[in-house]
Amino acid sequence: MDNNKSWIDQRFPLTKVWNEHLAEYYTPRNFNFWYFFGSLAMLVLVMQIVTGIFLTMHFKPDAANAFASVEYIMRDVDWGWLIRYLHSTGASAFFIVIYLHMYRGLLYGSYKAPRELIWILGMVLYIALMAEAFMGYVLPWGQMSYWGAQVIISLFGSVPFIGPELLTWILGDYAVGDPALNRFFSLHVIALPLILVVLVFLHIVALHTVGSNNPDGVEIKKNKDKDGIPKDGIPFHPYYSVKDIVGVVVFLMLFSAAVFFAPAMNGYFLEHANFIEANPLKTPDHIAPLWYLTPFYSVLRAIPPMFGSQFPGVVGMFAALLILLALPWLDRSKVKSIRYRSWPYKVALGIFVVSFIVLGWLGMQPVTELNALLARIFTAAYFGFFILMPWFTSIGKTKEVPARVTEK
Amino acid sequence: MKKLLNTTISVLAGLTISFNALAVVGTTLDSANTDINDQKSLQNGAKMFMNYCSGCHSIAFMRYNRIGKDLNISDADVEKNLMFSGDKIGETITSSMSKVGAEKWFGTTPPDLSLVSRSKGVDWIYTYLRSFYKDESRPFGVNNKILVNASMPDVLWELKQNKSAEDFDQDVRDITNFLDYVGEPAKLVRVDLGYKVLAFLFVLFILSYLLKKEYWKDVKYGKWRAKD
Repeated sequence: MDNNKSWIDQRFPLTKVWNEHLAEYYTPRNFNFWYFFGSLAMLVLVMQIVTGIFLTMHFKPDAANAFASVEYIMRDVDWGWLIRYLHSTGASAFFIVIYLHMYRGLLYGSYKAPRELIWILGMVLYIALMAEAFMGYVLPWGQMSYWGAQVIISLFGSVPFIGPELLTWILGDYAVGDPALNRFFSLHVIALPLILVVLVFLHIVALHTVGSNNPDGVEIKKNKDKDGIPKDGIPFHPYYSVKDIVGVVVFLMLFSAAVFFAPAMNGYFLEHANFIEANPLKTPDHIAPLWYLTPFYSVLRAIPPMFGSQFPGVVGMFAALLILLALPWLDRSKVKSIRYRSWPYKVALGIFVVSFIVLGWLGMQPVTELNALLARIFTAAYFGFFILMPWFTSIGKTKEVPARVTEK
Repeated sequence: MKKLLNTTISVLAGLTISFNALAVVGTTLDSANTDINDQKSLQNGAKMFMNYCSGCHSIAFMRYNRIGKDLNISDADVEKNLMFSGDKIGETITSSMSKVGAEKWFGTTPPDLSLVSRSKGVDWIYTYLRSFYKDESRPFGVNNKILVNASMPDVLWELKQNKSAEDFDQDVRDITNFLDYVGEPAKLVRVDLGYKVLAFLFVLFILSYLLKKEYWKDVKYGKWRAKD
């Protein structure tokens, strides 16, 4: 064995990589519940890729056959129903995990220096994931696939001057149809997964360069012993690998409960109308994207058309996403963790979380006067969190951060 | 930490409840109370569907012999009791009615019902089939309470007259149950398999938790480095 190791090590830095990223990657000893979601996100990514490979073997990216090929997978392919449900439930699970992962970043200031680049890579990952999920949802070619795509893609038509040409270029046609389905398939199974995998790699390399943050927001590298090992650090492997296995099993229990007992999740994971084949002549009464995109859909709808153009809403929607990239520079607080933050930040974070959830809920509802008003209020609150952040993070009294991590 | 977790959970629970409450507002559907594990009900539903519905409605994603296999009916019995159109046993169940004829007779093509249980839900089917009422202004002399101006005639009217209300409801429930199965044949095995998977994961959870606890003794007593 050792012989083999040195044979490989002379040709590839296997032991070095293993040590740098696992056996001698020193991780704060005080990780809590919120620190499971990074490894879970990787698990879900791998699961989506593996189930996706098998789905691709049977799926037909063709407007005339796509819908029927999904039902073929559900009925005639051995275990096809399970592979499909793992993939469709996996999409929603991915976003649940990612939202909790991002919320962890907000709770403990994980985006603050020196981890700005990790946050930015993560946000680009999140945007790429949304594109991946959106295109994946078009593939089964149900009514919601078709009309959801129609609504979202038509937004590009509102871009001033080049809109109509841009729209035709994206769709390869004048409306969503077979060419769009084909190119979305290509982007969904090749382009975006490649981007996602590369970004995950960069996200982790950046993380392992600066080291993990922790619930106290204490930099463990400031306190090293005589061997240069952080006093509050423990090797990722075996300590966090065995801990993450527990997290994986608990996650799989919840995930399996969804897959086996409620795969459509009453219309939240698979919308009811998507069991009707796409029909360009019949607009559904109510078009709503899947739950993980609805906060941004709400922002889009909240901003009224100006000068007869939907473009301001589109700008608002993308701004709602892109503003997250600026977070590391908007936060002026001296402390990272919510444990030691001043009260204004705690209040603002609470309002932000409520706004995000309410916007998500509103995005699934039909537009009424009250809903439109609520969407505007909560859109203002959403942007307010970022715009006012330099102010509310610099006022109020913060608690003193301990020198070493604490046990809870 | 615990407090944070508790608040998060209670907020999520609250949202789920309010979502569900909102989902049912504006509909007054009767509960279908179907049981997909009730094989007798599924068999009767299959018979009823093939007799009363399949003349006009296809279930084009479903194969005859799959129904036989899943509902424990032999191929010979399927051919004798469920097949009326000269199809072969391995074929999918298409309607023999021509599209042009359908347009002429009903003003529309009767929809395929393979996935109606998934798009409309079982309660809708169960309520719809029991909601026809007399309305001479309509071409077939009947209208429907939950699908206003439905093009479909009340094909079950004879049953409704000749059976007790209870028996009629049961027949409709059986058709609904059958359509629920047709919408997702895997539902017959999915839930049972789910319990087995969860049981396996539960054992795995205990083992993985004990493994974690054993390793983390080192961390707890500050001696993880003593191992090297």
